[in-house]
Amino acid sequence: MSDNSIEARELVREFKKGPRAVDGIDLQVEPGEIYGFLGPNGAGKSTTVLMLTTLLPPTSGTARVGGYDVVKEGSEVRKAIGAALQEAALDPLLTGREHLRLQASLQALPREERVPRANELLERVGLTDAADRRVKGYSGGMKRRLDLALALVHRPRILFLDEPTTGLDIQSRTALWDEVRRLAKDEGVTVFLTTQYLEEADVLADRVGIIDHGRIVAEGTPGALKAEIGRPTVEAVPVDPGDADRAAAILARFGEPCASAHGVGVRLRTGQADLAEIVRALDREGLKVEQLQLHQPSLDDVFLAKTGRSLEGADDDEQDGRVGALAMESA
Amino acid sequence: MSVAPDQVYLLARRSVVRTLRQPANVIGPLIFPLFLLAVNSAGLRAETHLPGFPSHSILAFILAVPFIQGALFATMNTGTDLARDIQTGFLSRLSLTPMRGTALLLGQLGGTITLGWIQALVYIAVGTIAGVRFASGVPGVLVLLVFYTLVVLAFGALGLFAALRTGSGEAVQGLFPAFFVFLFISSMAIPRNLMTHTWFRDAATANPVSYLIEGVRSLIVIGWDGEALALGFGIAAVVAAIAIALSAWSLQQRLAGS
Repeated sequence: MSDNSIEARELVREFKKGPRAVDGIDLQVEPGEIYGFLGPNGAGKSTTVLMLTTLLPPTSGTARVGGYDVVKEGSEVRKAIGAALQEAALDPLLTGREHLRLQASLQALPREERVPRANELLERVGLTDAADRRVKGYSGGMKRRLDLALALVHRPRILFLDEPTTGLDIQSRTALWDEVRRLAKDEGVTVFLTTQYLEEADVLADRVGIIDHGRIVAEGTPGALKAEIGRPTVEAVPVDPGDADRAAAILARFGEPCASAHGVGVRLRTGQADLAEIVRALDREGLKVEQLQLHQPSLDDVFLAKTGRSLEGADDDEQDGRVGALAMESA
Repeated sequence: MSVAPDQVYLLARRSVVRTLRQPANVIGPLIFPLFLLAVNSAGLRAETHLPGFPSHSILAFILAVPFIQGALFATMNTGTDLARDIQTGFLSRLSLTPMRGTALLLGQLGGTITLGWIQALVYIAVGTIAGVRFASGVPGVLVLLVFYTLVVLAFGALGLFAALRTGSGEAVQGLFPAFFVFLFISSMAIPRNLMTHTWFRDAATANPVSYLIEGVRSLIVIGWDGEALALGFGIAAVVAAIAIALSAWSLQQRLAGS
């Protein structure tokens, strides 16, 4: 096994008087890969991270991180990894620079490297100007960026990020994604990222594992997972509800009818290229629609297909997962 | 591990910096014991006329008390600081580094001791300015600092133990009244040999805090009292050893995630 990989076999964690938070997980993360661990709150994401980072012993099963067993070789694992856990674990009374110097010392960086490394990381996460301010005055995004910088102090080969963008505005989120991509691409860092955001898993992860009730219910590249679910659908909402049958007949030329909450729907036979043809067909028939939407299969659909329910908090992200939504006002 | 002294220094420095940046944590341990010193020395002045009372100066007699009160505050501050680190996840961050658990404990205690020295120097300065002369002289002041270090170490380690067991700052603060009961049921206000034979005298005699106070007091009002110093040092050392051992064990348990 390569030194940057993560491997878990039948990993289980039970809590006293509680359910099995993690219920027999198998996973393999390849070196340099960004692995998105997607699931709703309480699915077992953070518990898995705590076990893989040696902060929580597994009840059973095995896990190797960076080539080392998380139970028997915990200190070696800790040298190989960096971690930004769910809550940015910062001391509100210290400044950003003081955090980095303390972390550099505790990570046993040579004394002469500590200040340059701290400055480099502050620059990289955009906190140079705020470096000497106490953390209690930082925004959520600044805390997250400092948290990431702290995780990178000792140049880890493997990075664990537990819901790193929860609560961040879109700018901070995008900036953090860029940095994670850069780490994986330029430095070959293996990234294990948990998230409850569909979009984050979709755009950032090379591969995604979907976890629910402590079990991985699906795993693969975002594209492959979505393709597994099926082809895109189109939903049309006629201006006149009485035209629903006509609209359904027109759409049926392009695929199989499917359920639609507000109008009529069709699962496209060939792909999203048919959308233009559908518009032309509706126009030719003189059928006015107030809304026409192309719905690409999303990871939420994958989750729905695998678990029978929608991912918690998916509503906000659903819009992002739809590509090419088109609204047509009645002519 | 070669970096351990460096880590201890930085963690101790962090502990001091954190405390200094919370004025309430500095002012309280300094002002409150001095306030009680002023009140007690005014209210208990008549005690000096009791036959067998060890000093003509009530201030000299009472001056031992702020040291122990200060150490109690140190217990609270050390414990609540660590509890906050547990609650915020900062301890988890530290435990993901190659830092040794002993470095964390020593660092926290180092910060507590540093602040304890500041307290001690203030109490000594206030006493001296108010006219108290140490019967044991300058060497006695140095011994007092060493003794006080041991007392702060013992109480601070108790605070760490409470924090590690409960993980709650509120729980640690909840110990404060209990510790204060120990302080008040002691020879804080009157020598044990002048107490009437009641349950209070028995309780004060059984109370380890009495011997800590008497250790400090002996250096201020008596001079070199071997028995008082031996009892004071002995009890402080035993409490420190037990509390540090319990803290180390609790830290190990907590880091193991069990």
